[in-house]
Amino acid sequence: MTLHLAVALDGAGWHPAAWRESPADVFSARHWAGLVAEAEQGLLDFVTIEDALGLQSTLPDAPDDRNDQVRGRFDAVLLAARLAPLTSRIGLVPTATTTHTEPFHVAIGIATLDHVSQGRAGWRPQISPRASEARHFGRREFPPLDLVLNRPGGVDLSGDPHVRDLFAEAADAVEVARRLWDSWEDDAEIRDLATGRFIDRDKLHYADFAGRFFSVKGPSITPRPPQGQPVVTALAHARLPYEFAASSADIVYVTPHSAEQARDIVEEIRGLSAELKIFADLVVFLGEDAARRKARLDELDGAELVSDAAIFTGTVRELADLLLEWRRAGIQGFRLRPGALPYDLAQIARGLTVELRERGVFRHEYEAATLRGLLGLPRPASRYADLS
Amino acid sequence: MTRKQVHLAAHFPGVNNTTVWTDPRSGSQIDFASFVHLARTAERGKLDFFFLAEGLRLRELKGRIHDLDVAGRPEALTVLGALAAVTDRLGLAGTVNATFNEPYELARRLSTLDHLSEGRAGWNVVTTSDAFTGENFRRGGFLNRADRYKRAGEFLRLARELWDSWHPDAIAADPETGTFVRPGAIGTVEHSGEHFTVQGRFTLPRSPQGRPVIIQAGDSDEGREFAAANADVIFTPHGKLEDGKRFYADVKRRLAKYGREPHQLKIMPGVTFALGDTEEDAAENAAYIRCQQVGPQTATAFLEQVWGRDMSAYDPEGPLPDVEPDLSEGVSQGRVPIKDRGDVAAKWRALAEEKGLSIRELVIEVTGRQTFIGTPETVARLIDEHVQADAADGFILVPHLTPGGLDEFVDRVVPLLQERGAFRTDYTGTTLRDHLELS
Repeated sequence: MTLHLAVALDGAGWHPAAWRESPADVFSARHWAGLVAEAEQGLLDFVTIEDALGLQSTLPDAPDDRNDQVRGRFDAVLLAARLAPLTSRIGLVPTATTTHTEPFHVAIGIATLDHVSQGRAGWRPQISPRASEARHFGRREFPPLDLVLNRPGGVDLSGDPHVRDLFAEAADAVEVARRLWDSWEDDAEIRDLATGRFIDRDKLHYADFAGRFFSVKGPSITPRPPQGQPVVTALAHARLPYEFAASSADIVYVTPHSAEQARDIVEEIRGLSAELKIFADLVVFLGEDAARRKARLDELDGAELVSDAAIFTGTVRELADLLLEWRRAGIQGFRLRPGALPYDLAQIARGLTVELRERGVFRHEYEAATLRGLLGLPRPASRYADLS
Repeated sequence: MTRKQVHLAAHFPGVNNTTVWTDPRSGSQIDFASFVHLARTAERGKLDFFFLAEGLRLRELKGRIHDLDVAGRPEALTVLGALAAVTDRLGLAGTVNATFNEPYELARRLSTLDHLSEGRAGWNVVTTSDAFTGENFRRGGFLNRADRYKRAGEFLRLARELWDSWHPDAIAADPETGTFVRPGAIGTVEHSGEHFTVQGRFTLPRSPQGRPVIIQAGDSDEGREFAAANADVIFTPHGKLEDGKRFYADVKRRLAKYGREPHQLKIMPGVTFALGDTEEDAAENAAYIRCQQVGPQTATAFLEQVWGRDMSAYDPEGPLPDVEPDLSEGVSQGRVPIKDRGDVAAKWRALAEEKGLSIRELVIEVTGRQTFIGTPETVARLIDEHVQADAADGFILVPHLTPGGLDEFVDRVVPLLQERGAFRTDYTGTTLRDHLELS
């Protein structure tokens, strides 16, 4: 069975000093087009694109005025759409925040990405707990967040009532999106000349969602996406987000720092869901001189890189060993975060994939035209299909 | 002196009966290939921009989803983002509602589109006043008419503050010095107004156009004033010569108050067209299209919207029945309500009696024929004449077929406009602002 392999794209790479080694115009479409083409040539399952409704910062909840790191990001859904016509098989999974956005707009945005990519869309819903981001909207007041980002293993805020609300809202947002994606049955468009009807209104359904945070009537204005349900993915470090992922997502990204931790996390998640696909995140610096490259970047940044995910430095052969070891612990796929772009991505796409293929655990060609197909997920019928 | 130049845009066929789906040539309204076809056709014709409408709730008639017209549209900016990859010069303009969006997020999405298209983004600012559409949104509810424009005005001012908040040279990205962002180059926006209170920093450098092109489609006095104050392009229904001249003069006159020059607001009526090899062919083609646009069921639906009651018992090919309109409440939701339905009904009845029209013939008669009908020579001449006579600065073309409805126009009319010296033979700039001659 093939190992699932994704890469997480962000700026010039996951090391904050990566842009200094290989200058790239992160605000050009060309930069991103090159990266996603490389990933597709490596036959990777999908790329994710990071996003947030605020500027990057080393501080938990305020701008930091650092001018030596990449600052600024595109809206990830639009960036994914921009890349869709340039690719034909690889999945495109943008991040979109659930906290301040309109669930209706996000749902039709992802549905549209699925239409323009002919079935390759995913979504990483993300909460925005920061008071500084809430002030960009001015509609809700959040408590200042004493959240320590990037601490190994993360910080468990599962008990915090504010954070609990944000996850409950995220679950509602995903539920609304899923209902809207199903709200047009596949055969709702009939173009019936005899009766003059373009659609069969009995095959369009109201979502009729009413929750604590919002209500959405529906139906969608966008016909059912090619995959039926685009793939929902969630990054999770603790019990509460595990529960969110188990109830709402198709894939969870977890951040073990050893095979043993991986085994424990898999066990905990399997207690919540048998179907959820479990991917592990790893920050990777690859090549014979990987450790030296990372050390040089650390020096340029003035600090050693810290991350919620484990940081790997080594050759693609060594990485393949580690992936297979974690795989035996129950991890089904990996989302690799290249330390520096495009170098570490090229190592993955041209080196790691070859290594894994030689070991018989990676595809030789794309076996499906949709992201669900690559992940072995069936195309679900609309939840409303039985009702009419 | 160079001739006043015509500006042209391509409207992707919409979800009303202007769009004919019963024709065998009618393709998908949602497949990306249809959007690519129309956008590439528009770019082949060197048009200024591609235009997408929006409707955030499916229309309903008599409390049920309207099923006679094309339905089902993509999220506008997402599809424009994808079109940026398959076009080079064509402007990409989307309609996005200011009532059901937040300035920080939408400003960011528009800036992203402008970056990803290298300066080709446009935003048609619309507002909604119905609670029906609000049922799909957190914000819900609705605003009264006057507040809608006030909110939209404040929305735009705030969006501009955000777009302008990074210094134009903010990005240094100099590995030698290690400076990515020049110190102090990212400003903090502090906005406190009646409708929005926003504080913080924007997430994107200034985009290639600085600010995306602003399009406005309101026609009321407030709408015209809003356009005069804020818009780069006004999308109007005033496509007829005399009517267009009055509208043009009225809107251009309003600009001075805002310290703006007449050329800074382009007036572009939305227009339909029907072509033929001879004038007779064109007239026949126009009549045929009108017949396709108003099928029997559609004729009944139009009647019901004016009469405010179920009219399905009457044969649309037969005469107008002798029933009075129910003026208590409308039957239609999700579209602009018909004003003074009683007067409209009386006018329709008089017309039907005078000309002896069936229900369907009546609806064909009253719902407006194509703006430009004729041979390619005639249509090119009419378009040029309208522009030279200051009835418009150009037109937003609304084809009746997806996706091929613009093919013939681009192949046959555009070259004639070029021969007349009224339309570019190639793009001379790279941004939508360049195409529209907005400085």
